[in-house]
Amino acid sequence: MRRFFCFFALTVAAILAGCGKPDFSDAEKKMIASLALNTLPALKPDTTNRFADVPAAAALGSTLFFDVGMSRDGTVSCSTCHKIDRQFQDDLPQAVGVGRTNRRTMPLAGVARDPWFFWDGRRDSLWAQALTPLENPLEQAGNRTAYAHYMRIRFGERYERIFGPLPDLSGIPPNASPLGSDAERTAWNAMSGAQRDAVNRVYANIGKAIAAFERSIEPSPTRFDRFALDLATGAEPKGDATFSQEEILGLKLFIGKANCVTCHNGPRFSDNGFHNTGVPPVAGLPADRGRVDAVAQVEADPFNCFGAYRDGDASACGELRFMVKDAAELVRAYKTPSLRGAATRPPYMHAGQFSSLDEVVAHYAKAAGSVEGTSEIHPLELSDRERAALVAFLKTLSE
Amino acid sequence: MLGKQAFFRHSVFPQAGGMRSARQNVIRRRGTGLASLWRYFLAGLGLAALLVGVLAAVYLTAPHSAQPVGPDVSRTKKTDNGLYVASFVPEHGVVRQGELESWLLTLKTKTGASVERAAITISGGMPQHNHGLPTSPQATDYLGEGRYRIEGVKFTMSGWWQLRFAISSGAGSDTVLFNVVL
Ligand SMILES: [Cu+2]
Repeated sequence: MRRFFCFFALTVAAILAGCGKPDFSDAEKKMIASLALNTLPALKPDTTNRFADVPAAAALGSTLFFDVGMSRDGTVSCSTCHKIDRQFQDDLPQAVGVGRTNRRTMPLAGVARDPWFFWDGRRDSLWAQALTPLENPLEQAGNRTAYAHYMRIRFGERYERIFGPLPDLSGIPPNASPLGSDAERTAWNAMSGAQRDAVNRVYANIGKAIAAFERSIEPSPTRFDRFALDLATGAEPKGDATFSQEEILGLKLFIGKANCVTCHNGPRFSDNGFHNTGVPPVAGLPADRGRVDAVAQVEADPFNCFGAYRDGDASACGELRFMVKDAAELVRAYKTPSLRGAATRPPYMHAGQFSSLDEVVAHYAKAAGSVEGTSEIHPLELSDRERAALVAFLKTLSE
Repeated sequence: MLGKQAFFRHSVFPQAGGMRSARQNVIRRRGTGLASLWRYFLAGLGLAALLVGVLAAVYLTAPHSAQPVGPDVSRTKKTDNGLYVASFVPEHGVVRQGELESWLLTLKTKTGASVERAAITISGGMPQHNHGLPTSPQATDYLGEGRYRIEGVKFTMSGWWQLRFAISSGAGSDTVLFNVVL
């Protein structure tokens, strides 16, 4: 009898309460909707790169992205670290190009939407970013005039169809760069201003082609997005859009008590900002102070938005113009990474410090202080069940 | 799923005890005829369950807790020492999280005269998060009638933001703080 009563009351209540749908407050529903991929706006044009949406430029960029000829020793391309079948990252704690770097390779989904590039934001456009590994001795390790010669010899016709005539490179040394070895720098300084500018222009166009290709790399909908869409429309979640109780608990913690959504907000789960969260340094790697050291680098970059190689007008340079330059909180601040696809791409953090999401959640719960500067995060009381639920929720962003 | 759980937690258990005793009363008063007992019993059950369901629905749709009183978000304020009246509004009406936007700061003296050629510096942050602004907004243009364009304003999170203006003109130096809640 009692069992019958319970069943009956439950049935009536369930009908009235909406057939057992997850119980979210209006504020929670609004927050969940703001994270769903369907709220991602269309990609804005990049006026600093007039080839950003030119298909032939994207096609050339794609060729260059996968071309190991774009390196000193002919073994490293962008795709060496940004692996196409691995979310354009490499699963390593620190990227390995010609040498071993000190930073984790970042995945590329939605990268064209970033205001700043690299973990520390030391570049301010996708095309300026693409140029940086090309000359980094630990990554592609090439030099500027060698890239210009390579473009003429290998891709001259394609290049000229997109960007117009190549400059006369006959008097230009085979290996020269303002950033290279002593010999390369000496050779660069011996070139005329016009020659340097001509080479820089070809070099910038390489970045613009690669950026045009990278603009096509966008995040795909996940189980979370299907769940969020059903929640928003009031539809009964079906199939894999149904969340387990553990996943629902994890989502509630993510947008509630655990405060993850403070920084991991919006459809890309990132505020595009830089934060010191007390992530420890890696023994044996060079000193790494994050954003605070990147400010001078982006200001000095000749390919930044204020530089001579930007297309369009300076109204596109707001991020650089209004950049925070001298705040104490820039010390050991790193970019908030997107969490889309994160569950299937350990290790985590800017130098691969944590090998699992459990370790990441444990770090944020403990909130140990920073070795330098001040961590913005505060300790959290999370039970084992709650930690597991957060991880379970994060996995819905990878399925 | 959680709907049922919440219903259980907050509604069923306290209600169920009361209904059990009601059922025992029914049995005591009308001890004749099993069929008639069943009818009353079912009717009573149905009504009780409906009541519980309505209560559950009300509970589930009502705001769970009263909102705490937020900071003063007025867009027009007297400056801290009363030298100016300042108003601070988004130039294009709406505030979008994560976008660089321009705002307008309008400065008048106590007597309502436009404040021209003011030097303005801006700082701020999120008091509950212990961080500053993600950008360095600047007064970039004087638009006349005491209006200054403040460019480079960007709110990267929801929550309580503060923008502090230090204003200096022929009328003297003063400060004012505006709260923005996203
Ligand atoms: Cu904040």
